[in-house]
Amino acid sequence: MSLISFTTPASVLQRRPARGSTDARSRSLLPKAPVPLQRLVGPILLLVLWCVASGTGWISPAKMPGPDAVAASLAGMIGSGTLATDIAASLQRAALGLSIGIVAGFALAVAAGLTRLGDALIDGNIQVKRSIPNLALIPLFIIWLGIGETMKIAIIALGTTVPIYINTHAALRGIDRRFVELGQTVSLSRAGFLRHIVFPASLPGFFTGLRLAVTQAWTALVVVETINATSGIGFMITQARIYGQTDVVLVGLLLYGVLGFGSDALVRALERRSLSWRQSLDQ
Amino acid sequence: MAPVARPVSRAAGRSEPPAVRIAGLRRSFEGRTVLDGVDLTIGRGEFVALLGRSGSGKSTILRAVAGLDPDVEGAIEVPERRSVLFQDSRLLPWASVIDNVMLGAHAPDIRERARAALREVELGAKETAWPKTLSGGEQQRVALARSLVRDPELLLADEPFSALDALTRLRMQRLLQRLCQRHAPAVLFVTHDVEEALRLADRIAITAEGRIVHDQPVAAARGNPERLEALRLDILERLGVSGD
Repeated sequence: MSLISFTTPASVLQRRPARGSTDARSRSLLPKAPVPLQRLVGPILLLVLWCVASGTGWISPAKMPGPDAVAASLAGMIGSGTLATDIAASLQRAALGLSIGIVAGFALAVAAGLTRLGDALIDGNIQVKRSIPNLALIPLFIIWLGIGETMKIAIIALGTTVPIYINTHAALRGIDRRFVELGQTVSLSRAGFLRHIVFPASLPGFFTGLRLAVTQAWTALVVVETINATSGIGFMITQARIYGQTDVVLVGLLLYGVLGFGSDALVRALERRSLSWRQSLDQ
Repeated sequence: MAPVARPVSRAAGRSEPPAVRIAGLRRSFEGRTVLDGVDLTIGRGEFVALLGRSGSGKSTILRAVAGLDPDVEGAIEVPERRSVLFQDSRLLPWASVIDNVMLGAHAPDIRERARAALREVELGAKETAWPKTLSGGEQQRVALARSLVRDPELLLADEPFSALDALTRLRMQRLLQRLCQRHAPAVLFVTHDVEEALRLADRIAITAEGRIVHDQPVAAARGNPERLEALRLDILERLGVSGD
C-alpha cells in the first residue's frame, strides 16, 4: 500500500477533448455512421416531389403523367402478365451478358496481370477497346451475329468485360511485393500463391469493376432491346414511344431504376461480406 | 541454392554439421559493393545476432540466406526447414489469424499444430480474429507462431522487434527466448540494438562495409555483470559509438 493515494475526479476523466484537438478533428473528418436504408432517402424524396408537382398541376399530365396514372398502368401490366414477361426477358439478357463479361474480364486480367505474354497480348487490346464506345460496335455486331439474342448478349458481355478487367488488373498489379516475398519464404506453390495472395488481393478491385459492370449491363440493355426485340423493358419503352404512352415509358424508366438500384445494393452486400476484413467507411 | 562441400574457415566447434554455412558471399547493387566476402557458420540450435550500422550489409546477408536474393554470389548451405520473421508482421489482412499461421504449411495435423503455436505465443483465443484488429505486438506474435509452426531448423529474423514499443519489445524478447529454448532452432537475428543482442544471442557477429569484422561469443559473459559491461562497451566501440 502506498502512503499517498491520488484520486481523479470523475468530471476530469469524463471531460471531452478540447475543440481543435487531434482527437476531435480526426473524428469530424469521417462521415457520420450510416443509418439503415439511408440510401433510400434521396429516391423517396424525389418520389414525394413528383407527387406534389403533378397533384398541384405544376407539370402537364400530357408531358409527365402523375404517379397515380403510372401506378394504374403498372397495375394493368402486372395483371395482364406482360410485365413479368418483359422483366424476365431483360433480366435473362443482362444476367447472361454480365456472367460472360465477369468470367472473361477476370480471366483476361489474371492472364495479363501475372504473365508477360498475357500482358503483351491482352492489355493493349483492352485499352484500345476501352476507347471505342460499346454502342458504336452494334452495326458491326449485327452484320456478324444477326439481330437475334446472340448479338444482344455479345454487346452486353463485351461492355461488362472492360470495367471488370481494368479494375481487377489494377488491383493485381498493385499487390504488395512484401506479400510475394512472404509467399517465397513460406514456400507457397504457384497455386497456393494464387489462392492465398493474388485472388484475395485483387478482390477489392474486382468488386469496384463489378459495380461498374452491372451499371454497364443495364445501360447496354436499353439500347440493344430497341433492336428487333419482341420482349424486354427496352422493347416495352420503344413500343410505348411509338404509341405516345408516356405512362408506360415512365413505368419502364422506373423499372430500370429499381433494377439498377437493387442490383447495386446486391453487389454492395456481396462486397461487404467478402471484404469484411477491411476497415473502411462502409462499416 | 545448391549445397556445396567447400570447407569453411570457421568450424562450428561441435561434432555434428553446422546448421548454416556461408562462404565468400558477395553482392553488389549497380556497381556498389554491399557484401564483400562474408563467411559465417551457425551451429545447430545456436543463436547468432548480426549487429552493424545501417548499410553495413546485415539485412542483405539475411535476405541471401532466406533465399530472397537470386543475384547473390557465394556458397550458402542452409537447412530445408527455415522460416523468416520480418520487421513488419507481414500478415495477410484478408486471412484470419489461424489461416495466416498455416500459410504454406502442409501437414495432416496442421490446424492442430497452428492452434498449439498460437497458444505458445499466448494468442490461443484470437484464432479467428482479423489481423487488423490486433495490436502491433500481437501481430508480431502471430508472425512468430507462423514461423514456429513450420518447426524450423533455422529461424531468420530481420529486426523483428524494432517497430514495437519498449515494453512490448521486452516481452517479445522474453517470449522468443523461451520459444528458442523449447524448440532449439538455429537463429540468425539481425538487429541494431546492442542490448537486445547481448540479451538473446549466444554469439554476436558485427558487420562493417560488407564483411563480418568481429565474431564474439556472449553466453560465457552472461551472469557476470562486469564482463558483460566490458563486452557491451567493446561492441559499442566497434560499432563506432564510444562509451562514456
